Amino acid sequence: MPTPTIYGTMAEFKSAQQLLVAAQATHDAGYQKIDAYSPFPIEEMAEAIGFHKNRVALITLLGAITGGCLGYLMQYYIAVISYPTNVGGRPYHSWPSFIIVTFEMTILFGAISAVVGMIALNGLPMPYHPVFNVPEFVRASKDRFFLIVFATDPKYDPQATRQFLEALQPESIAEVPS
Amino acid sequence: MADHLKQSAVVERAPVIEPGHSFATVTDKISSIVLTRPTTNGWIFGFAVSFLATMMMLFALGVLFLKGVGIWGINIPIGWGFAIVNFVWWIGIGHAGTLISAILLLLRQSWRNSINRFAEAMTLFAVACAGVFPGVHTGRPWLDYWMFPYPNTMNYWPQFRSPLIWDVFAVSTYFTVSLLFWFIGLIPDFGTLRDRAHNKYAQMIYGLLSMGWRGSARHWARYEMAYLLLAGLATPLVLSVHTVVSFDFAVGIVPGWHTTIFPPYFVAGAIYSGFAMVLMLAIPIRKIYNLEDFITDRHLQNSAKVMLATGWIVAYGYAIEAFTGWYGGNRYDAGLLYNRLHGPYAFWYYMLLLCNIGIPQLLWFRKMRTHPVFLFLISFVILVGMWLERFVIIVISLTRDFVPSSFGMYYPTKWDWMTYIGTIGMFLTAMFLFVRILPMISIFEIRQLLPEAKVEGKH
Repeated sequence: MPTPTIYGTMAEFKSAQQLLVAAQATHDAGYQKIDAYSPFPIEEMAEAIGFHKNRVALITLLGAITGGCLGYLMQYYIAVISYPTNVGGRPYHSWPSFIIVTFEMTILFGAISAVVGMIALNGLPMPYHPVFNVPEFVRASKDRFFLIVFATDPKYDPQATRQFLEALQPESIAEVPS
Repeated sequence: MADHLKQSAVVERAPVIEPGHSFATVTDKISSIVLTRPTTNGWIFGFAVSFLATMMMLFALGVLFLKGVGIWGINIPIGWGFAIVNFVWWIGIGHAGTLISAILLLLRQSWRNSINRFAEAMTLFAVACAGVFPGVHTGRPWLDYWMFPYPNTMNYWPQFRSPLIWDVFAVSTYFTVSLLFWFIGLIPDFGTLRDRAHNKYAQMIYGLLSMGWRGSARHWARYEMAYLLLAGLATPLVLSVHTVVSFDFAVGIVPGWHTTIFPPYFVAGAIYSGFAMVLMLAIPIRKIYNLEDFITDRHLQNSAKVMLATGWIVAYGYAIEAFTGWYGGNRYDAGLLYNRLHGPYAFWYYMLLLCNIGIPQLLWFRKMRTHPVFLFLISFVILVGMWLERFVIIVISLTRDFVPSSFGMYYPTKWDWMTYIGTIGMFLTAMFLFVRILPMISIFEIRQLLPEAKVEGKH
């Protein structure tokens, strides 16, 4: 009979402040693969768990530049190469008229890149996730705060990690089955 | 006197959220409106009336598709009648939603958190209503896709020097970005509803919509970055949309349209009417759903102040238009001014001045700004006034252009009215569904406003 594999150990906290202190303590203790769950964004939390590489801004910038270039080139191709039309004697390459569509395409591609980039980097959609196995976790979207140490962490040990988390005075501790 | 000052100081500091709330009460209060509150007869009645109006619109559009735009009151010279008046009116209303959700976010106005969700919903529905009109006014609406640049066997492409094609891009981008912004804001709240629903289907539907949101710190960090960037992108976008709409007029040479003041004055007018619509929705909603704790007098006051400020920008626009007509020395502009003041539609021009400049001055009084009933009525007057503004701009200019032999009159028909009232029904139908099935106040952003959400890092 195979033993059930463990995804990690999770501790539940009552307040955002407790979670932040606990997350910093866990990170300082040398745990690297940890995560914190809260019902609203807490600015300091990402730093506390050691997360720095936020690439959403870069993706958005690249998307916006792509959109702007595509928008302008499309108009150039249409108005100059494929379908030149004489409108009131204006030059075919009448760039001031092309600025607005270029601008709108920049915004459109930038916005879509920001959203798709955020969702993709977050690995969503993912309707099932092991943390949902913990019954208390249902309150993570309401008024409770959770800290998890993943079993993949090199320092992870079911007993020692549990003892370490218990010292942080959580409301409850649960082992997360995967 | 001292008593009065003290009292007003208290009113001035009306909180963004009433004290005594915790994460749990905020969550319960907002999610219970969707999950456990029974569907009342009032809701069913309101929905039924709005839905009937929507059906009336579809009927009018069906007849339009069968017979063509000749059933409307338009003619030559007045080729742009109700369709464009209503398009500009609706798209202007949408602007307040983006202003609240994006610009006020960048300006760190935390009071926006309680009204941004339904203001964004209002934007989406208003832009959808606006989209009906250019869609059906083309004469052959089944060929509307010709407006988009796509390779085709006719070897034909759109003409990018025309403001009308700029409008296609501006409005469709605006709708898409507003939808993304709204949906992104809803994801964490879908997670909350998924966890709190008891009905299996509700759990599944909200679970799918939440995409498995679990509130991880990494996710929140990327989420906040994406939300901020969207706000940064939406801010110039919202200013551009009504600017481009105003180009539809300003690039033309018709008297009264060909002016450089149009872009700023259109954008201010859009925000003016948009906040009026926000208040007309917020005042009954907070009363019916007992949401006075979250939509406080502070929100009413601030919205009223925005209306007062943008109302004066609009008034400045009217003044400059009249001044240019009188001082500019162009006989056609002077003729237009004369027609506005003394022509066949002069009554509506005076009504416009009364609705948009006269009556809103009551907002200088704090009593008016905090009295929900008066505020509701003033907002209604502003919405009527802003509709009249577009009517005056479009119809008066077109009825009297350059040559007296081409002068004409415009009378809307019953089909014009049925389509217009029908879009109001469509807007309200969508609003009724929205308040019933989605959290109308952003739950996670309200949690952020609570004092217990504040943390202090040790680094």
